[in-house]
Amino acid sequence: MATRAPERAAPPRRPGGKRRLTGRHWRHMVDVKASPYAYVAPFFLLFCAFGLFPIGYTLWVSLHEWTLLDDEHTFVGLENFRVLLADSYFWNATFNTLSIGLLSMLPQLLLALWLAHLLNRPLRAQNFFRITLLLPNVTSVVAVVVIFSQIFGRDFGLINWVITSFGFEGVAWRDGTLSSHVAISTMIMWRWTGYNALILLAAMQAVPRELYEAATIDGASSFTQLRKVTVPMIRPTIAFVVITSTIGSMQIFAEPLLFGAYTLTGGQDRQYQTLSLFFYENYMRLDFGFSSAISWMIFVFILIIAGINYLLTNRMKGSIR
Amino acid sequence: MSHPPRRRAARLLVPLIAASLLAAACGGGESTPAPGAASGGASAPAEPVKLTVALFSDFHYGPLYEEFKKTHPNVEITERRAQFNDHHNNLVTQVATGAGAADVVAVEGGFIATFREVADKFHNLGDYGLSSRQSEYLDWKWQLGLSKDGSQLIGLGTDVGGLAMCYRPDLFKEAGLPTNRDEVSALWPTWEQYVETGKKFVAAGGKAAFTDGPGEHFRAMVEQAPVGFYDTSDKVVVGSNPDVRKAWDISVSMIQNKLSGKLVAFTPEWTTGIAKGTFATMVCPAWKTGVIKDQKPGEGTWDIAAVPGGGGNQGGTHLLAPKQGKHPKEAAELINFLTSKESQLTLWKDASALPSLPALYTDPAVAEFVNPYFGDAPIGKIFTDAAKALKPQYTGPKSGDVNVAMGNGLGRIELQGQDPEEAWKQAVADSEKIK
Repeated sequence: MATRAPERAAPPRRPGGKRRLTGRHWRHMVDVKASPYAYVAPFFLLFCAFGLFPIGYTLWVSLHEWTLLDDEHTFVGLENFRVLLADSYFWNATFNTLSIGLLSMLPQLLLALWLAHLLNRPLRAQNFFRITLLLPNVTSVVAVVVIFSQIFGRDFGLINWVITSFGFEGVAWRDGTLSSHVAISTMIMWRWTGYNALILLAAMQAVPRELYEAATIDGASSFTQLRKVTVPMIRPTIAFVVITSTIGSMQIFAEPLLFGAYTLTGGQDRQYQTLSLFFYENYMRLDFGFSSAISWMIFVFILIIAGINYLLTNRMKGSIR
Repeated sequence: MSHPPRRRAARLLVPLIAASLLAAACGGGESTPAPGAASGGASAPAEPVKLTVALFSDFHYGPLYEEFKKTHPNVEITERRAQFNDHHNNLVTQVATGAGAADVVAVEGGFIATFREVADKFHNLGDYGLSSRQSEYLDWKWQLGLSKDGSQLIGLGTDVGGLAMCYRPDLFKEAGLPTNRDEVSALWPTWEQYVETGKKFVAAGGKAAFTDGPGEHFRAMVEQAPVGFYDTSDKVVVGSNPDVRKAWDISVSMIQNKLSGKLVAFTPEWTTGIAKGTFATMVCPAWKTGVIKDQKPGEGTWDIAAVPGGGGNQGGTHLLAPKQGKHPKEAAELINFLTSKESQLTLWKDASALPSLPALYTDPAVAEFVNPYFGDAPIGKIFTDAAKALKPQYTGPKSGDVNVAMGNGLGRIELQGQDPEEAWKQAVADSEKIK
């Protein structure tokens, strides 16, 4: 935005043979200079009202002892943050968030890449397959979690039924840390793999065909082509997918909440309580000061991760050029 | 370049207007006028009055509104409904921001303590003559409707959720235990005897567990004690209250004697287990009979006996009038009407809402009511007996959260294998952290 404005504003000064500012001319100047701002204004006004202001106000609230029903809000400085950083449940939630995020993201990315690669060739009923990929994403998250909670059930779940039919002991998916993370990651993967595959597919279609032809002539297998041609060519898109899914994974909420049958602690041992759920638990106690501190820490985490991503992406772009 | 100037001006103006409209719309959002405020200026007696009633499910109030309008022809009533959690969260926000609340609101037992803390945000129904109804009510139910210091009456009770013990006669028969509900009730006058019965059940070697999980039992035991999680000065006394420790120990012995099916209420395994018979007993507030029925275990599969330890309650609702309402007199009259003896009897018949007025418990419609789905169990009598037997206990502001913390502790013992003493320490520490 800041870099574009001067470029746009520059042209009208040049064609000035006549210097007189007629009404028409003046309107033209205003039009050229002001309308770009007017066009983008709705977004920025809304962003200020619903994005920037809440972020700032949350910071203000987080510096107070603030419960919703109390009229008095005492200023306590960074006390909420001190308590939060000393709270082992907060770090537990951070660990769970990262663990579920990684467990869902890595397989998801590989799977999406593979699916996109399969679809990136002449196929019958191509559109059918592409739309099918998107279907899990348009399904309500509640429906997805309810179904998967049944599948991962301890006593009557489909997966345990298969496991026990092979003579092994069934898994209490909800009770273990790793097992519950796997279950939740599966739900996330189910919803987002197809969506990411479509984005990657779009990028793959922009890769020049000649490269593949040359590779085929050189005797490269389909897998080698994927590894040596496709992936390097679509790196920026891969980076985009990684960034959006990391930010998404910081906000995992509905899956653990519903998987635990609406318990806010994410299991008795908080074994699958994510940061968002930890925030929600404290919010539901109407402890706004403390929960604001939590949401600010989540914000800081996202900034850090976005920063790391930004550095990595820059490096990747550099290696392509 | 050949656009006529007017069109260019339009091109410039349209987004500007759009932007300013949006800005105006956003600015307007901060001061949504309270519903019903439109008629606020009126003061003439015959002036029409609009009342809104906010509920969290269908309370079957429709016919009662019509009845009320016969004596109050100037009152118009609209009803709003929201999902259970949303309803209470909305109400907290509306009370905190001073706008948007209905004239009459329903508050469930799990949330009433939150609003008793801020009694000044509600009309004192005592000012409108409703204190006179105290003698009609179950004592503990009445106490819940008072402000924390007892000086104000902020709500009148509607229904209660009397407690019982649901059990499966078929599994009891397999284990060689009696199946008749009176004999079953006689097995466990106390919780210790309930555990003993469970041991016999387990010793018989059936596949099913004796009960779902210890959480609900723990809660019921604590609520039967004279003092619960809080003392009257709102201090959490979990760690020092011997009754809480006793309830904990009995719950732990349920786990250690393998009475528990390691099930958490409302998880898929639990709901499926109701129909499949993975456990033989569960603590049953009146409303849980509906949950059982929904799982379609079959008629007569579950039966209902008395809860050990003498009486109990879970849930039940009060009607309150937020102070932002402009028609406190009419709101109070409506609350009085909706909670009256006649209305509560109608609601028992229409919506199976257990009355909170003991005078109704001898009414044949309640006392002789049997439910064929539960082997013709006289549920009216069982549940009202439980509600009557319950002694009032002071409920602190965050009792629900403390209960979750303690229940999680018990869950950790049986699901994650935590040492009971460690689980106790952690649960007590968690409870004391709750502000």
